[in-house]
Amino acid sequence: MSSVAANDDDARAGAHGLRIGAAPRGRQVSFLFDGRPVTAYEGESIAGALACAGIRTLRASPRSGAPRGMFCMMGSCQECVVRIDGRIAPACQEPVREGLDVRSGTIGNGP
Amino acid sequence: MTPTVRTFDVLVVGGGPAGMTAATTVRRHGGSVALIDENSDGGGQVYRPQPRGFAPAGKPSAEQRVGDRLRNALASSGADTFFEHKVWSVAPGFRVDAVGPHGPVALAAPRLVAATGTSERVIPFPGWTTPGVIGLAAATILLKAQRMLPGHATLVAGCGPLLIAVAAGIVKGGGRVAAVVDIASRGEWLGRLPALVSRPDLLARGMRWMATLQAAGVPILRRHAIREVRETSSGLDAVVGPVDPDGAPRSGETRSFTVDSVTVGNGLTPASDVSRVLRAKHRYECVKGGWVAETDDCGRTSVAGLYVVGDGAGIAGAAAAEHHGAVAGIAALHDLGRLDMTVFRHEAERMGAKLDRAGRFGRAMAGMMAIRAAQVAAIPRDTLVCRCEDVTCAEIEQAVDDGAREVNQVKAWTRCGMGPCQGRTCGDVVAEIVARRVGGREAAGYFTGRLPLRPVSLQAVVGDYVYADIPIPKAAPL
Repeated sequence: MSSVAANDDDARAGAHGLRIGAAPRGRQVSFLFDGRPVTAYEGESIAGALACAGIRTLRASPRSGAPRGMFCMMGSCQECVVRIDGRIAPACQEPVREGLDVRSGTIGNGP
Repeated sequence: MTPTVRTFDVLVVGGGPAGMTAATTVRRHGGSVALIDENSDGGGQVYRPQPRGFAPAGKPSAEQRVGDRLRNALASSGADTFFEHKVWSVAPGFRVDAVGPHGPVALAAPRLVAATGTSERVIPFPGWTTPGVIGLAAATILLKAQRMLPGHATLVAGCGPLLIAVAAGIVKGGGRVAAVVDIASRGEWLGRLPALVSRPDLLARGMRWMATLQAAGVPILRRHAIREVRETSSGLDAVVGPVDPDGAPRSGETRSFTVDSVTVGNGLTPASDVSRVLRAKHRYECVKGGWVAETDDCGRTSVAGLYVVGDGAGIAGAAAAEHHGAVAGIAALHDLGRLDMTVFRHEAERMGAKLDRAGRFGRAMAGMMAIRAAQVAAIPRDTLVCRCEDVTCAEIEQAVDDGAREVNQVKAWTRCGMGPCQGRTCGDVVAEIVARRVGGREAAGYFTGRLPLRPVSLQAVVGDYVYADIPIPKAAPL
């Protein structure tokens, strides 16, 4: 087996700079994910903003407890379900807003 | 409080090109229509608009221009639109229930057009549930509508035109593509050329994408597929290997790529939730992407008053979807007795011809995305197939060996397809696994359509209410 490694520094999940280009986004906002502050821009989805912040695990699966994150980005697969101010919703379909309290969507992680 | 039911001539579920054009067409010929979609604006996946608040990034793309044209036509048509509304129920006759930002909404009409597009098929492999592994369609949404890269170094794998679209989008966005892994051979692509020249603009765009990848030195591994993705201390280790034309792994050198993101898609399957819930007759058609409602030229199904259009009626692409929606729009009005035969015939013929031409390209692409005979057989037995309920391939096979004869029995016995995605993610693959043991896809069947179509909380469905307003039924006589 040959190994074709990408640049290791770049390959580390969670590095910054996944936002493309200098074209202006919406107003800068801040929200919490499991208590940790996340900076984002209006117009972004919660899932996208979390990915840019290096946060990919959004919940644990119900049976094996394995980490899960965004997958389809169009509200179909329900893998990115989180709790947003207590309400359960897919993070890919919910826009970021200032001051949201977002928590991982693991079953039992209720308010 | 129970929402007041608002009545229209036609309801349209889905705001992609097919749905938008269906609604616009109904209005143009004097019918009343409501369109419902869960996104914040029309466009569907291909013509998805930029988020509000984002400044335009340079010159609008061809897709943005088409999307804007369709959105403007819809907005000026006078159709009632319900965006950011999740449809959770459709009932015969027809009634559509949805929840939106201002609570529950109930709509009724004698005609219903389902324009619900597609879901992406991903053939499971060990590690496909690892965060950082996303669909190809998901990557297009990130790139186009969020202006984000899926990762700094990405492996792009699967089949069909989305492969090079996504890979080129990543390169243009400043990301690195470790490799493009395509199940098809070069010869298969060349074989589609006669159909592709029917849309020289799209063909030219594809060539530009290829040139972008070539200039960036991105390796393209043809007749290869992902074997496994492992999480390591430095990111994700994606192992790819050669396959035969049916998708079965071949012996030969495997290669490993260290990346931080994997985007993978193995084609599109029609989203048939609405027609399945309404118990329309369906037929399995591999080249159309899977089970589709049986429809005539105008999208009429076996259920009177129900029309299915766009990719939901069989994968044919966004350009065809637009004309398909228009045909169904005039058919719905004509069937209601609101459009005379001469106008109907003339319009149906005109739209039908456009649909035929536009569909050539889309159907050629759909052919590149059809599931291959040995792809599912290659899934290692301990691999998760149902992501919602963590059900493995071995558990599904065991259920069939224990006597389950079709997919709904497998669902009842294993919980696969019973989770929040309602089998949209795994349904096609589960049916393929079962089909191999029961003698074909027709025998294996499809997951019976069930409500709710999308997970919604009881609180959202009920809305605000005053306890005293709940009617108390009269006590039964003793």
